[in-house]
Amino acid sequence: MNDNNFISSERRIWNRFRNNKRGYYSLIIFSVLFILSLFAEVLSNDKPLIVNYQGDYYFPLIKSYTEKTFGGDFDTEPDYVDPYVRKLITEGDNWAWYPLNSFRYDTINYQNTHPNPAPPSAHNLLGTDDRGRDVLARLIYGFRLSVIFALVLTAIGVVLGVIAGAIQGYFGGRLDLFSQRIIEIWASMPELYLLIIFASLFEPSVLLLIILLSLFGWMGLADYVRAEFFKGRNMDYVKAARSLGLSNRMIMWRHLLPNGMTPVITFMPFRISGAILALTSLDFLGLGVPPSTPSLGELLAQGKENIESWWLSLSTFAVLVGTLMLLIFIGEALREAMDTRKGG
Amino acid sequence: MNETPLLSIESLSVEFGHGDTPYTRVVDEVSLDIAKGEKLALVGESGSGKSVMALSVLQLHDRALSRYASGKILFEGKNLLEYNESEMRKVRGRDIAMIFQEPMTAFNPVYRIGEQLIEPLLLHEGLDRQTARKRVIELLDRTGIIEPHKRIDAFPHMLSGGQRQRAMIAMALACKPKLLIADEPTTALDVTIQVQILELLEDLQRDFGMSVLMITHDLNMVRRFADRICVMQQGRLVEDNDVKGLFDSPKHQYTIHLLNSQPESLGVEDDVIVENDTLLSAQHIKCYFPIKAGFFNKHIGDVKAVDDISLTLGKGETLGIVGESGSGKTTLGMCLLRLQDSEGSIEFDNAELHNKSQRELRSMRRHFQIVFQDPFSSLSPRMTIEQIVGEGLKAHHPELTSKEYYERILKAMNEVGLDKEMLSRYPHEFSGGQRQRIAIARVIILEPKLILLDEPTSALDVSVQKQVLALLRDLQKKHNISYLFITHDLRVIRAMAHRVMVMKNGALVETGLTEDLFKQPKNEYTQKLLSASLYSI
Repeated sequence: MNDNNFISSERRIWNRFRNNKRGYYSLIIFSVLFILSLFAEVLSNDKPLIVNYQGDYYFPLIKSYTEKTFGGDFDTEPDYVDPYVRKLITEGDNWAWYPLNSFRYDTINYQNTHPNPAPPSAHNLLGTDDRGRDVLARLIYGFRLSVIFALVLTAIGVVLGVIAGAIQGYFGGRLDLFSQRIIEIWASMPELYLLIIFASLFEPSVLLLIILLSLFGWMGLADYVRAEFFKGRNMDYVKAARSLGLSNRMIMWRHLLPNGMTPVITFMPFRISGAILALTSLDFLGLGVPPSTPSLGELLAQGKENIESWWLSLSTFAVLVGTLMLLIFIGEALREAMDTRKGG
Repeated sequence: MNETPLLSIESLSVEFGHGDTPYTRVVDEVSLDIAKGEKLALVGESGSGKSVMALSVLQLHDRALSRYASGKILFEGKNLLEYNESEMRKVRGRDIAMIFQEPMTAFNPVYRIGEQLIEPLLLHEGLDRQTARKRVIELLDRTGIIEPHKRIDAFPHMLSGGQRQRAMIAMALACKPKLLIADEPTTALDVTIQVQILELLEDLQRDFGMSVLMITHDLNMVRRFADRICVMQQGRLVEDNDVKGLFDSPKHQYTIHLLNSQPESLGVEDDVIVENDTLLSAQHIKCYFPIKAGFFNKHIGDVKAVDDISLTLGKGETLGIVGESGSGKTTLGMCLLRLQDSEGSIEFDNAELHNKSQRELRSMRRHFQIVFQDPFSSLSPRMTIEQIVGEGLKAHHPELTSKEYYERILKAMNEVGLDKEMLSRYPHEFSGGQRQRIAIARVIILEPKLILLDEPTSALDVSVQKQVLALLRDLQKKHNISYLFITHDLRVIRAMAHRVMVMKNGALVETGLTEDLFKQPKNEYTQKLLSASLYSI
């Protein structure tokens, strides 16, 4: 009771969040996984991190060398997975330090004894997909892409939604009436058809997907922010700010926004998980990112094609469910923490 | 009074809390008796535990969040604390009834008044619908509701505040309770209606011969009404005295403090107001809200919130604007500061306000400021006190260095009597009086020439009220600020204002120097208002 009186409400929310063990640990696990995945090139790559060849150090990860450097035959970059090259750089006093998983998302394992998709083995811990690419590597890179994609999409959606909602809620009246109708018309556009049309018009890319999904993703949030601003603009402290001579922009930024952030923050994890799911399902349908990009949806689609290759669908499913569950636990904890009716 | 009392509370303690958090004691070892037919008033400031006491009698607390640490509540010799929920339900409404402060929220808005009044009769008396309805009409008639056979089918929002409180009383009386608990029954009502409700309660008490436990913060109000007064402070009963004894020779320090907290003149009559030195002058202010109806929103009439009002205000002068709720006094204030669109001309400090755009007004706004009624909603909950107080300074004086800025904040805090340690804290950590001081600091830091005070003390306890009024008066003398003081409380006006303006339904009723108006009110409405608010003095 006593100490709590002297801390800001943000601090209080954080304390309540930390008290929810499940949500708090979910946040930690999610953050660790995401930060690790940011270093995917170091964790899972087909190039060695460091090579010591005849007393000199080489860093193939950063710099590209020719095969001739290591005593090979070609003037091109060596295929470090090739047993011949591997033998060259590890023979005698030479040594090479490979990443934990020695495949990149697009490395094709030609050395496999099984036909593709190959089941898990000592080489490919989670097997390979139908083109002989390592599933673990694709999962790591795919997770990273999904999360970054979702974060960017959410950030854009939040910014657009807050701006649109704030303007409607604060000014109200005719402006609000017309923009509400426009939003209703906009929201009734068939998103999926538009995506299919655009996928055939343009070269599919991550950027295109972000733009298209952002066009529709901000509306749900705008409604909530609008309601918060609507409620807030009649509060006495807003009137007081107006009578102090503050500009509309200042009032919205300093007074209404901090008090209207509750739905925004509460919905954030759910929006992120929604965005991950959206990308996955679009990829699954083949409307998403280009085929060479590592993506969870594409792996799921492969799993569907090769239903007997259980390692494809099962591992992707596990990653997807795990990620979404962590996000939902975080969201739940946040929602409870933002609930001011709770003491503490 | 030799017989056993009707209700007897013996060293009752109530504690609030839940889970592992330590329980806070809100009522501490309180004992009191109410005899049959007695009118007892329980008086205290907010947070004194008086309402908690009343709710304990009916066991209306959330049982998960409260516990009774000690004591008994004996009603006709039986301990109510030992009753279970279903036994308690038989007592509620039939033996003990309660009326609440806010008559709007005490009725369910989706049911007609009649249906809600019939309910206890069906439940406790076992009457059939026809006879119950007849009884309700009689009761409504008895509580002074005009045309009760029509009103019985009205929804709560169709009745005025006073009528709702009457209906509430009718509901409480439906089963002829032996004890009526009235929790601030008149606080939310206008003064003229307050008197009517009190008189009605007194009348009914005599007719029904019931006991009344009246809970209030207003000592003066119960002076006429009660037989005996109990004073509570921070959960403890500090004085139990009959009315005459309490007012003539109060025993406890706190009672004396409460009695001394009534607003008294703050020396306004000694001020010399220079007649020609006008700061604000407004001519023919009109603010109409259109009433629209039908599919095409045809304009069918206007609500005349402010109807052709002219006024002038001198430098260093306080003009009191008095009126009951809905009289348009706040709207008038908002119009004068151009926070509400209106017709008419406004001249402030030799500059015309009425034809300026909001953008042009922005830089002038520091000269005319507002302090609001509710100190809880007028401070943004997510800003520190430093941010709140310094906000206007940042907007109007961006040229200040951070040191000068901080010094100005300290000076303002000092002037309103607040500590500089408070600057980094948030509004929710402060009491109502402190919050109102913060709101005043936010305003005076800009050195305004005019402050609109919109019921600045109505939400505060009496003892705090007096301090805030004294502070405002000090600031006025020091900086020669003009006040537009909006209030419904005539006692406050008498203490603060040089001149008074009485408003009713948007129109000006009477205006004059404060003492002249109080001593010789010319208008009939003013006389009614005065006699109502001075009812108990």
